[in-house]
Parts: sequence; C-alpha cells; structure tokens
Amino acid sequence: MTPGEQSPLWEVFVRSRRGLSHNHVGSLHAPDSEMALQNARDLYTRRGEGVSIWVVRSADVHASDPDEKGPLFDPPADKVYRHPTFYTVPEDLKL
Amino acid sequence: MEFCLRLGDDCLILSHRLSEWTGHAHDFEEDVALANLALDLLGQARNLLSYAGEIEGLGRDEDALAYWRDDREYRNSLLVEQPNGDFAMTMVRHLFFSTYQVALYQGLLDSTDPTLAAIAGKGVKEARYHRDHATLWVLRLGAGTAESHRRATAAVTALWPLVDELFEEDDLLRRLVGSGVAPNPQGLSAEWNIHVGSTLQQANLERPQVVGRSGGRSGLHSEHLGHLLAEMQHLHRSHPDASW
Repeated sequence: MTPGEQSPLWEVFVRSRRGLSHNHVGSLHAPDSEMALQNARDLYTRRGEGVSIWVVRSADVHASDPDEKGPLFDPPADKVYRHPTFYTVPEDLKL
Repeated sequence: MEFCLRLGDDCLILSHRLSEWTGHAHDFEEDVALANLALDLLGQARNLLSYAGEIEGLGRDEDALAYWRDDREYRNSLLVEQPNGDFAMTMVRHLFFSTYQVALYQGLLDSTDPTLAAIAGKGVKEARYHRDHATLWVLRLGAGTAESHRRATAAVTALWPLVDELFEEDDLLRRLVGSGVAPNPQGLSAEWNIHVGSTLQQANLERPQVVGRSGGRSGLHSEHLGHLLAEMQHLHRSHPDASW
C-alpha cells in the first residue's frame, strides 16, 4: 500500500455460539488480514455475539448481478418436478 | 493494599489516557479498538481498587479511591501517566505496558491471595489481546514508512527510561514475593524482554541505552498526573452526591 491510500474494505462474517454458519454482519477497513480480524473482533463481537470470525476482502467477493435476477432465479420456480415434494416420508424416519 | 493500588492505579490512569483518544483516532476501527482497550483496563481497575478498599477496611470504595485521592497518593507507574503523544507513542506505551501486564497476571494466577488470582484470571485474557494489538501496530509502524519509523523510534526512545520502574523491587514487593502473593519481578522482566525484544527487532527498532527513572510507586509523579487527575476527578468532586 502506498502512503495516503485508503485501507482496503473487508466483509466480516461471524459465527455465533449457537450457530452453524458464519453470517455476514458488516464491513470494515483494515490494511491487512491480521488487523482486519482484530478490528472485526472489536467492532462486531462487542457483546459476546460470536465464537468465530471470517474476513474476506470485499474485492474478492463476487456477487451475482441484480439485473440478472430474472434469468438466474426464475426458471426453477415453475418446474415442480425439480422439487423433492412428492415423496411421503414415513413417520418412523427421523429427519 | 499498597500492591493493589499500584496495579489498580496503573489500569485506571492508562484507561483514562486511552479514553482521551475517543473521536481522534486515524480511523473508525482504531477509535473503537482504543475505547475497547480503555474499557478493559477500567474493568480491571474497578476490581483492583474495590479490593484495595476492602483490604484497607476504612469504608473507601472504588470511587472514593479513584476520585478523592490526590496525585501524591496515587501509586501508578510513570509510564502510564505520560501524555498520549502521537499514535506511535500510544502504541509503544501500550506494548510496553501490556507485555508487562501479561507476565504479571500470569504470575498472579498462582498467588496465595485468591482474590488477586481471580482478578488476574480475568485480566490475563484481556492483557493478551492488548499485547497482540499493540504488537501488530508496532510491527507495522516500525517497518512501515520513513515517517512511521521515525515516530516509532522517537516513542521507544522517550518511553524506554520508564520501563525499569515496572520491574523495580522494594521492601514491600520483597515481602509479597516471599509470602507468595506477588510474582518475582525479575522473572517478569525476563519474559518482558523476550517479547518486546523480538518485536522491536522485527520492527527494525533499536533498543535504547538510557538511564531509568522512577518514583511513581511512592507517589512522586511527573507533572502530567496532576493535570490528568484534575480532569478525571473534576466532575465527581464538583457534585459529590450525584448519581444516575
């Protein structure tokens, strides 16, 4: 990083004590990953929310294009044969 | 009680210094981090000063001790009362102090005084985080740009003379080490030198050769403490019966 340059932006994901997955909680600026983890701990786990933190550079997060929402997500909606809803689960089977 | 005052006053004064950074840090994240460090230290100060008041047995609680003692009665080290200076000064000061605190609290875990051991048990986790935070910064400042290196060097040079006081031994400490209440300062100093030495080396910062100063443990403070206490105690002393 050159002097005067703003620190990169990072996305923060926290897994709570009773959770199974990391959830997105916000973002922060930090010059590198070590500082990003520390900052995330200070900013997003102040009230004991989490037991694990992931930080990812925002530039590395690749998102689907909102304008493509239609073509990407609509087609499966009207194809009921793709949904596993026709099978009756026996009551004894614990899922 | 004296021993608790030394430890508690260190935490209280440093906490106050860090709180002075609120709203002034270079970025939002560090502003919150510094406030966090201040709050951790304040919690430790509360525990230690409350216990000191208990031992004294004259009915002085944590507030009475914090707000009604004058600078001559304070037992903090000279290191923590130094003005914040720039960010390098603050981080170097914090590296020096929290490395000492980690060693101290770890030593206190085996104290024959169960209350101190319990306070240390809580405090050591916080102290480790503080030490890591300060270490990350000192590494980046020392090995960063020419300017950050210059400022970090100035900070190390200015604060180095105040380190010896953290490990000085007087009759009180000798007695407490003997009875198993306090850890031996020589052991603490050895641990301190390992961590700080390696950090400075990685950060391209030199260890100064300077003469140490002390006096804080006997109430002989620099002029800075007077100003600090005036600010810290002013509100409480102006409205002694106020509560919210």
